[in-house]
Amino acid sequence: MNRGEPLSIEKSVPGRRALTFPSPSAPAASWLPGVALRDAPPRLPELSELDVVRHYTRLSQLNFCLDTHFYPLGSCTMKYNPRALEEFARQDGFAAAHPAAPDTAVQGTLAALHGLEQLLCQLTGLAAFTLQPAAGAHGELTGILIAAAYHRARKDRRRTEIVVPDTAHGTNPASAALGGFAVKTVATQPNGRLDVAALRAALGPQTALVMLTVPNTLGLFETQIREIAVAVHEAGALLYMDGANFNALLGLARPADFGVDILHLNLHKTFATPHGGGGPGAGPVGVTATLEPFLPLPRVVRRKGRYALQTKGARSIGRVKSFAGNVAVALKAYAYLRRHDAAALRRVAENAILNANYLRVKLRDLFPPAVDEPCLHECVLRTEPDRLNGVKTLDVAKRLLDHGFYAPTIYFPLNVSEALMIEPTETETSATLDAFVAALRAIHEEARTAPDQVKSAPHNLPVRRLDELNAARNPNVAWPAQPPQ
Amino acid sequence: MYPEANCRFAPSHEWVFVTGDVATVGISNHAQKEISDIVFIELPKVGAKVTQGKPCAVIESVKAAADFFAPVSGEVSEVNAAIVDNPALVNQEPHGAGWFFKIKMTQPAEADSLLSWADYQASCG
Amino acid sequence: MYSPHTAAEQQAMLRDIGVGSLADLLAQIPAELQASVAAWPPALTEPELLAHGRELAAQNQRLLCFAGGGAQEHHIPAAVSALIQRGEFLTAYTPYQAEASQGTLQAMYEFQSSICALYGMAAANASLYDGATALAEAANAAARITGRRVILLPETVHPEWRATLRTLFAARGEPQLVTLPCLTGRMEPEAVAAQLDDSVAALVVPSPNYFGLLEDGAALAALAKAHGALVIAVADPISLGLLAPPGAWGADFAVGEGQGLGNPLNYGGPYLGLFACRQEYLRHVPGRLCGMTTDAAGRRGFVLTLQAREQHIRRERAASNICSNQALCALAATIHLALLGPVGLREVAELNVDRAHRLAAMIAAIPGFRRRFDGAFFNEFVVECPMSATRLVKAMSKKGILAGVPLGKLYRGMDNSLLVCATGKRTADDLERYTAALRAVAS
Repeated sequence: MNRGEPLSIEKSVPGRRALTFPSPSAPAASWLPGVALRDAPPRLPELSELDVVRHYTRLSQLNFCLDTHFYPLGSCTMKYNPRALEEFARQDGFAAAHPAAPDTAVQGTLAALHGLEQLLCQLTGLAAFTLQPAAGAHGELTGILIAAAYHRARKDRRRTEIVVPDTAHGTNPASAALGGFAVKTVATQPNGRLDVAALRAALGPQTALVMLTVPNTLGLFETQIREIAVAVHEAGALLYMDGANFNALLGLARPADFGVDILHLNLHKTFATPHGGGGPGAGPVGVTATLEPFLPLPRVVRRKGRYALQTKGARSIGRVKSFAGNVAVALKAYAYLRRHDAAALRRVAENAILNANYLRVKLRDLFPPAVDEPCLHECVLRTEPDRLNGVKTLDVAKRLLDHGFYAPTIYFPLNVSEALMIEPTETETSATLDAFVAALRAIHEEARTAPDQVKSAPHNLPVRRLDELNAARNPNVAWPAQPPQ
Repeated sequence: MYPEANCRFAPSHEWVFVTGDVATVGISNHAQKEISDIVFIELPKVGAKVTQGKPCAVIESVKAAADFFAPVSGEVSEVNAAIVDNPALVNQEPHGAGWFFKIKMTQPAEADSLLSWADYQASCG
Repeated sequence: MYSPHTAAEQQAMLRDIGVGSLADLLAQIPAELQASVAAWPPALTEPELLAHGRELAAQNQRLLCFAGGGAQEHHIPAAVSALIQRGEFLTAYTPYQAEASQGTLQAMYEFQSSICALYGMAAANASLYDGATALAEAANAAARITGRRVILLPETVHPEWRATLRTLFAARGEPQLVTLPCLTGRMEPEAVAAQLDDSVAALVVPSPNYFGLLEDGAALAALAKAHGALVIAVADPISLGLLAPPGAWGADFAVGEGQGLGNPLNYGGPYLGLFACRQEYLRHVPGRLCGMTTDAAGRRGFVLTLQAREQHIRRERAASNICSNQALCALAATIHLALLGPVGLREVAELNVDRAHRLAAMIAAIPGFRRRFDGAFFNEFVVECPMSATRLVKAMSKKGILAGVPLGKLYRGMDNSLLVCATGKRTADDLERYTAALRAVAS
């Protein structure tokens, strides 16, 4: 087993080259009189091309990945990344398009982006989308800025608060604060649903926006969502839906029907674009017709059969990043949706929900669900350290790695202690799920009989448990600027 | 340096040691055990105004960030740079070398309304 | 079709769950809210999808690229494309379970190290969405560190980046942006000094700037420091193979757009926000950071660190809401830099300088065309044309050439101004073709 690689810089040999380039017609200094040039080269590795290929190939072999391992990560929707999406998006015609090219020269890309927007509108029932935000959190901030602009346009200066449930993903309150809002938190009831009475009490003329994840981060549908929307609107506020869990609703239900005004979707979750080790993703934001004028620009419009980038809009909030968005990611999501018809979309959600309930039922005797009810596409279970010789969720997660499974999301949502949030997605077979169940059951047994094995896991990976305390107290984030003597 | 018996305590686990109109503050032994290994402390700047009950510093562990609420109001007159360089001091000596900062109090009576060591111990259970 | 379930498997699973049908599992969604999608196109098979993709891609016109403006066409080595398509990188998750993610984490550490080396800084994060949002994060950090409200932003910073900052800061009303006019195409020290006072958190110094021109960073940094303001440099990473890096001339923060390192143009994204800073500001770095540490057996390993800065822990007290980074784009950049090495990077930079300067001279020799601004430049320059730059770009695109970025919509009084870029990927023949076409269009 590959137990680890030296750093690329540690393999460096002075004078070693991979790529060489034609000589320029004149030395650069002659074109740049008086300009301060580097007096020393940057400390980058000097390697041959084979050195580089071998180095990064060997590094890749140290990773788990979806292509090799089951990832039951709640809220992440780690479904198979179809390779057809890669082939679709990588084509030279798309990849070589410069963002400043005239619209007439990029009709293919614009058609696909326009097509994606239309499909997202169909899925959600909303009137319009921006594809500009680069990630979910970026989409949340964009949605919040739209809400702020909406209230400003109404000349309502009292709207200073955003309401989130205690089960919200951290990006929700963080985005709210960045948008200049105070955050008010509302509790979730023991039955796993938002406390609607508490929400009503929290609403008032100061409420700009209520942000909900639907289904929520316990994997449960807010059954009172229509009531909630009515209450929010009566208070003069808008309803935002964090679409991270949209895989449970795909082809089954449209958020606009619940009363949602703004939502973001995560293309790297429901729409199967690859995670890439942490990105790039995309977080398109959809809105009702009332809010469409506030969307960031540019957007793709269709006029007389031709596509164009609309760059002007008097009430647009402006732009939230350069250019049109993570276009290559959007192309992959478009391709993914074109592979499905309405029935196939429904089946995605149905099978995701089927798989999650299967795991819930097979594990609930050992890892009790936070809420003992059918879930949608994910379930939240709990480790009980008191019954397991002090073995915690963290230890269970690390021991799962030894069994060849990536761990579920742990310690989230915050209102569940020792939480294990499990989302299998629809692309896994029951055989894989059975193997996962067997592993968790074995770990539970081991926790009762040989807890130290679990507490010191993982044992079978390239590294043992890592010293995070040292990493935080004595941060080492880059190799030194000078080679060691 | 700042023995528990001579301190007053906020219910949110900060302690206060009063000398004249200057309050030295820190977190209790109970708090440092709960937070466990401290990684970093974000202290207010000298001259900053703090208000009783409002967050004015942040204590980071590996997986969490806990607010430090000002136990009394006033102006920060001195900060303990040693705990910025070596946050482990707070775990090791929460009532000694792990003190946080000093406040020139604007309302000294606030300190009297805090819990005594005995009452604080009782409240921790 | 990516769900593997057979009807028999579904039935067996439903039995194990203890319900009669899938509809039972959907019961918690009120019936009146359950609705299929309305008008939806028929599903495409994989061959049909790829045929559709080819049709669409064919509707993009392949133009010989002389446009820059925050997105540049450099050669992407074949090894970069091959390595980032490996499933172990492409389909890996964020490395929160570090022991199962040492490949991604070590690559992140190598990325951070490479960016530090390029920018002459001690700390860099694992990337942000793009240059514009990286600049926004640096401005936020400078305001927090200094406790001051104002950011001095020369108009030679990319117009879309400035627009992004305006949008992102509008709701909070801070930081406050003060635009510095740059009529000569560069910053004027007296004008900068006039704006520097104790309300200024940071001076942004782009070099090369949007017009491709280079600034005397050291002089501007000295001015800023004299007033207690921080310096945020904006620099293209490839230019730093040759030019003195921001860390050497006094910048506190350095940001840039990393697309040119191993990432295709892709009509604007995904790109790569670079963020680096001095050691003393490490705790103000937004986004993901990878740190080196040891494991329980004393072996070296890597882990995401200083997570208590981030949104999932600080929530509404987080300095930034960012969750993702552009990991795969950063990996491409890391591999690209490893293939170049310090010598190759310098050669590429020199080639860029060479191509752009030769093209500038060739264009200036055409009657009616001249360079608009004086001063040293890297690989982009502004040409004043004898006609509307927008019309010129249209005419040139009919000849299969993307002539540059017309500046009329971005800057007042620059309707005839064209921002032209020549990277090392442009050959001598390409330059000849460009100038021949330009002569034809202008006559």
